Amino acid sequence: MDVQLAIRARGITKCFGDVVALDGIDLDVAQGQIHGLVGPNGAGKTTLLGLLLGLAVADSGSLEILGTPVGRALTAAEGVSGFVDGPGLYPWLTARQNLAALAALRGHDARTAGIDDVLHQVGLTDVADDRARGFSLGMRQRLGLAAALLTRPRLLVLDEPANGLDPAGKKHVHGVLSRLAEEGTTVVLSSHRMDDLEALCSEVTIVATGRVVFSGPLGKLAAENRELDYRLLTGDARAARRLAADTPGIQVVDDAGTRHDADMLVVRALVPALDALVVRLVRDGIALRELAPLVSPLEAAFLSLTEQQELAEQQELTEQQELTGQQELTEQQEAGL
Amino acid sequence: MTATVTAPRPTKARGVSMARGYRFELVKLVSQWRIRLLLLVCWIAPALFVAAVSRQSSLPVDTLFGRWMHATGWAGPLVTLGFAGSWALPLLTSMVAGDVFASEDRLGTWRHLLVAVRSPRRIFAAKTLAGLTVILLLFAGLVCSSTAGGVVAVGDQPLPGLDGHLLTPGDAAVKVLLAWVCVLAPTLALAAVGLLGSVALGRSPMGLLLPALVALAMQLAQLLPLPVAVRLALPGYAFIAWNGLFTDPVQLGPLLISLAVSLLWAVTATALAYRLFLRRDFTNPAHDGAGRGAVATAVLPLVALMAVTVGALAPTSTGTGSGIEQKKVQRAVATAFAHLYRLQTTQLHRPAVTEKQLKASAACTKGDVSDDAKGPGNDWRCVVSWHLPGVEATGSAIYQLDITADGRFLADGDGPKEVNGYFLVRTPTGDEPNPLWQFDGTVGLLATP
Repeated sequence: MDVQLAIRARGITKCFGDVVALDGIDLDVAQGQIHGLVGPNGAGKTTLLGLLLGLAVADSGSLEILGTPVGRALTAAEGVSGFVDGPGLYPWLTARQNLAALAALRGHDARTAGIDDVLHQVGLTDVADDRARGFSLGMRQRLGLAAALLTRPRLLVLDEPANGLDPAGKKHVHGVLSRLAEEGTTVVLSSHRMDDLEALCSEVTIVATGRVVFSGPLGKLAAENRELDYRLLTGDARAARRLAADTPGIQVVDDAGTRHDADMLVVRALVPALDALVVRLVRDGIALRELAPLVSPLEAAFLSLTEQQELAEQQELTEQQELTGQQELTEQQEAGL
Repeated sequence: MTATVTAPRPTKARGVSMARGYRFELVKLVSQWRIRLLLLVCWIAPALFVAAVSRQSSLPVDTLFGRWMHATGWAGPLVTLGFAGSWALPLLTSMVAGDVFASEDRLGTWRHLLVAVRSPRRIFAAKTLAGLTVILLLFAGLVCSSTAGGVVAVGDQPLPGLDGHLLTPGDAAVKVLLAWVCVLAPTLALAAVGLLGSVALGRSPMGLLLPALVALAMQLAQLLPLPVAVRLALPGYAFIAWNGLFTDPVQLGPLLISLAVSLLWAVTATALAYRLFLRRDFTNPAHDGAGRGAVATAVLPLVALMAVTVGALAPTSTGTGSGIEQKKVQRAVATAFAHLYRLQTTQLHRPAVTEKQLKASAACTKGDVSDDAKGPGNDWRCVVSWHLPGVEATGSAIYQLDITADGRFLADGDGPKEVNGYFLVRTPTGDEPNPLWQFDGTVGLLATP
C-alpha cells in the first residue's frame, strides 16, 4: 500500500541551551489523517508542533512537510496553518475584524474570503461582531481554529484545541476536524484530553522527554502496552467469573463491590488473553453484552509513561542524594572527624 | 510491508507580500484607542496651546523664541519644537516604537503572526515601517498644528533669529520647517532605540520606557559640562542643534554632525533590533526577548558606536573643553545686540542705522576672569559698546549672561532705561516689549579657525 505522507521527520533534535527538547524524533503522518500527539508536560510536544509550523528549525535531522523539505529558514511550509500555545488574537478587534485582517494579510478580499463560513463552522456567528477581548477561552480557541481554516490548509497543526470548550463547542470543533480530514486535510493535534484524541485520531504519537515512545494506530497501543483492566457485562456473571479465573493470562480484579454492579466482571489482561476469554465465553454459551477497557489504552499508556518518568526522576534524585552523602562522609573522614 | 512515498512535487512557501504585511501592522496600530488618542492630541493640542499662550500677557520666556510669541506666529511652532524635543517626541516614540514588538509578546501573538506571515524578515520590516508611519503622522500633526495655531492666532510677521537678525515671514517659514525636519533625525534615532528595546526587553515595561529614558539621560548629559565631542556624539544633540539655523551665518557644522550622528544611531539600533529579532527562538516558551545576552547584544554595540563617534569628533573640538570661549561669547553678544538695536530703532522710528555703522563690540568676563574666560555659567558679564553715525560718544550697555553647557545663553540687560534697562520701550503707538532688555542667543561650540 502506498501512503502519501504529509509529515516525514527523521532524527529531529532540538535543544534550548542545555535542555534537549527533542531527541531524535522520527514521525510519519499520512495525508488526510487526524494524528494525535500526547505526552506529559515538558515532553516536547509544543516544540515539535512549532517545528511543523515553521516557528523554529531543528538543530539536526530532516523534516519534510507536504512533500517539501524544510530548510534552515524560519518559514512555515505552504499549506500549513494552526496554532501553538493558544490562538493569537488581537483583543481590540472583533472576531470578524481579526479574520478580515488575516484574510487581507493573505491577499484575500474580506468579503469573499469565507469569513462568515468559517465563523459558522466553529459556531461563532452570533458573536462575530463582538470584540475578542470579551471572549472566553473556548471562544478564543474556536476563533483561532476559524483563523486557521481561513487559509484552507492542507496540514492543520493544533495545540490543545479543545481547551476550555463546552460540549457544544467541542462538538463543533470535532465536526470541523473530522470533515477536514474527510476532505483530505491532515490534522496534527496535541491534547491532554484522551477522550478527544480517541474520538478523533486514527493514529497517535506518544512523546516523553523528547523521544517518541509510541507511534501508530490507537488499537495497537493495547497490544503493545501493559495489561489493561477491562469491564465485562455478561449474561451469567458467576459463570463468566469462573471461566475468567481458569483462563491463562487473565486476572480477575475483585473490586465489583466498590465500583460496579454484581453482574459486572473486571479482568486484567493483555489483548491475546482477552481474546481467548471471549472465545471461551461464547463457546460456553455465555452472552457477552459489553466489553470495554476501564481506562482507555491511550490513557493507560500515558499514565504508564508518566509513572515511568516519575520513577526515573525519583531514582535519579535518590542516586544524587546517595552520592552527595558519600561525598560528605568522605570529606568528614578526610577532615579527621 | 507498507511503502511510504512523499509527494513528488515540492512547493515553495509563498510569504505574505511586504505591502500586505505593512497594511496589517498599520491597521493593528491605528485600531488601538491609545494611538488614535495620540493622533488626535498631536493634531489638535499644539494649535490650541500656541493660540492660547500667544494671547496671554505672560509668555514662556524661558523657552527659546517664547518671548516672540506675541510678535509673530512663527515663534509658536518653535516653542512647540523645544517642548517636543524635550518631552513629547521621546514619549511618543516610546509609546509607538517601544511597544510595536513588545505588544505581540504581551498578547502572545508572535506564533500566530509568524505562521500567518511566514517571514520574520518581512514581519520586522512591516512593523518597523508601520511604527515609523505612525510616528511621522504624529510628528506631522505637531508641525502642522503648532504652525497653524501660531499663524492663525498671531499672524505671519517677521521672526527675530537667535542672533537678533530679522527673518522675513518666508524665510521664517522655511527655517521653521527645516528645524522640524532636522529634529526628525533624533526622533528616528529614539524610534530605533525604541524598536531595539521592544525586541530586546520583550514584555518588560523597560522596553516601553526605553526611548523616554534615553532621551532623559541625554538631556541630563547636555546639562553637564561635558567635552564638546561627547556632547555632539549624543544622538539627541540635534534636538538642540537646530538652533543654529536661526543665526546668520547658519551654524551648519554642529547641525550636520548631529544629524549624521542621529542617523547613524537610527541605522545601528535598527540593525541591532533586526539581528536580535531574527535570532529569537519563537518555540522556546520561556523566551520573551528579555535575555541578559539580548540586552548585552543591544547595548554594547551602541556604547562602541558612542566611543567611536567621540573619537572621530575629537579633532573638531577644542580637546576636553566645553567649547564656550570668551571670544565666541563676545562675538555672539555683539552680533545679537547690533541686530536687535536695529529692531529697536525701527520700533522707535529713529533714523535707520546698519550693523556696520554701529560697530558693536562686547567685552565679556566670567566671574573674576577677564582674560581667556571659558565655560558655561551664570556669572558672565558683558559690556557692549556701539557707535552711532554722527555721534562722538560711545554707547555702552551691560548684560548679565547665563550660558548653559549646550551653548545657549540668556542675556539680561542692565543699562540705560531707553536702551536695555527696562522691559518696555515707549513707541509712538504705545509701549512695546523692548528687544534689547533680554534676549536669547547661542554660542557655536565647535572650534573656529
